[in-house]
Amino acid sequence: MAPAWLLAPAAAVFTAFWLLPIARLTTVGAGGPDGIAAYAAVVTNPAYFGSLVSTVLLSAGVTVATLVISGVAGMFLSRNKFPGRGLLTAMLTFPLAFPGVVVGFMVILLAGRQGLIGDITQWVFDERLVFAYSMAGLFVGYLYFSIPRVILTIMAAAEKLDPKLEEAARSLGASPWRVIVDVLVPGLKPALISAGAICFATSMGAFGTAFTLATRINVLPITIYTEFTNYANFATAASLSIVLGVLTWLVLNLARTFAGSTVAAAA
Amino acid sequence: MRRGARFWLQLGFTVFVCLFLVVPVVMSVLAGVTENFFIGAKSGLTLRWIGEVWSLYANTVYLSIGIAVACLAVTLLLGVPAAYALARTQNRWARAFEELLVLPVAVPGLATALALILMYGQLRGFRASWTFILVGHVLFTLPFMVRSVLAVIDLQTLEDAAASLGASFRQRFFQVILPNAKPGILAGSLMVVTLSMGEFNITWMLHTPLTQTLPVGLADSYASMRLEIGSAYTIVFFFMIVPLLVALQFISDRVGQNK
Repeated sequence: MAPAWLLAPAAAVFTAFWLLPIARLTTVGAGGPDGIAAYAAVVTNPAYFGSLVSTVLLSAGVTVATLVISGVAGMFLSRNKFPGRGLLTAMLTFPLAFPGVVVGFMVILLAGRQGLIGDITQWVFDERLVFAYSMAGLFVGYLYFSIPRVILTIMAAAEKLDPKLEEAARSLGASPWRVIVDVLVPGLKPALISAGAICFATSMGAFGTAFTLATRINVLPITIYTEFTNYANFATAASLSIVLGVLTWLVLNLARTFAGSTVAAAA
Repeated sequence: MRRGARFWLQLGFTVFVCLFLVVPVVMSVLAGVTENFFIGAKSGLTLRWIGEVWSLYANTVYLSIGIAVACLAVTLLLGVPAAYALARTQNRWARAFEELLVLPVAVPGLATALALILMYGQLRGFRASWTFILVGHVLFTLPFMVRSVLAVIDLQTLEDAAASLGASFRQRFFQVILPNAKPGILAGSLMVVTLSMGEFNITWMLHTPLTQTLPVGLADSYASMRLEIGSAYTIVFFFMIVPLLVALQFISDRVGQNK
């Protein structure tokens, strides 16, 4: 039996600097002119609701796109051996440690006013395509942020998936599409669910990329930031951030329940 | 070996994704050493922008390193004993505590930062000092330290053997547990330093004009400086983060092989 006092320092710091402040945040959220109703504002106030909806849609879109892109690339890299494979994998996972602000800058370099896509479209169509400072830019940024993480998860899961299953399906006459739907997706399901949930939760709460691209993009973290800093509207900022926190936590927990139970069923 | 059309199609796709990730990195490195990015490389290469970044933002680099080191020290002191205790305790409370610790990572950093400001913002001295940012970083990185140590610290048999030979708790902890948990502690440490160096979501809300970290300075330069300076500053960031990443990869490969 381990001495419980070993846990005490971590527990004390965590209580003083997270649990108590979050409890305080919750009460501040209900302490505005609207009282506890402030927590419903995210649904009842059209502006906040709009920003919630666009955040959820954006995050869902990013999650689906990331899973498809990383699924194809990750499966390809783990099922084929060829010269340069290691280099490709290294390049795909390199941006893993980039903070959101740096990712935002990468999007500006790609699709900003002096960006590469602008140069190319200028050259080909004689018209500059610039979309970095909008929802589309944010979408590209979150893709950039999520792909490395999800590829790593999928490659790790694919290593554990027996290639003989795919061969058996193929030799029994399954089309490549059926192999994907009937063998690969079910086999990778726990990894897809947990990677997807993390991707979704990160996109919901991310702040740095949106902040770099444009502080007027209508997503919830930016709304919270503006309410807090520009309008000193502490109660609204507090209640919105609690709602956002609960939402991301729920998604992560749901995913874990699902991914966990399938893991158990497979084992 | 003959490769079908599907192979080349998938390879093409993977290379395209790769380019999407790598091309902007290359562009920012080029832009940071080009006299004028709008004109291009023919305007000449220069280290002038890097120099300018250093004169404008050197203190953010020092502060980030300082905070990362302090954060590492704190997470080691709090996290290693906690991981050990959690590994040994098989009850509901221990699992609940483990779950709680991860919350600052699961919940958006904005919420954590707002909560800290509303609770401790009135303490002027604390609010204005770099330790306010340190608190945010410790909350965010602690679960990573605890998890990586937990992954290797299941040493019950070894410890029981030491105990049966008469080793005291202190002897067991420092001579059996710590040396054997070293790979996990090392991986956790690199993770903590890397995350702390790059943390923005919490830091942006907690910083003051006098306590700007590297990512905060980056955001500032992207918003208000010319593209070449933002790029040069990004090169400085890459320069600090890449060695950490390489080391992390190396360690996790080694830990993986040992299993």
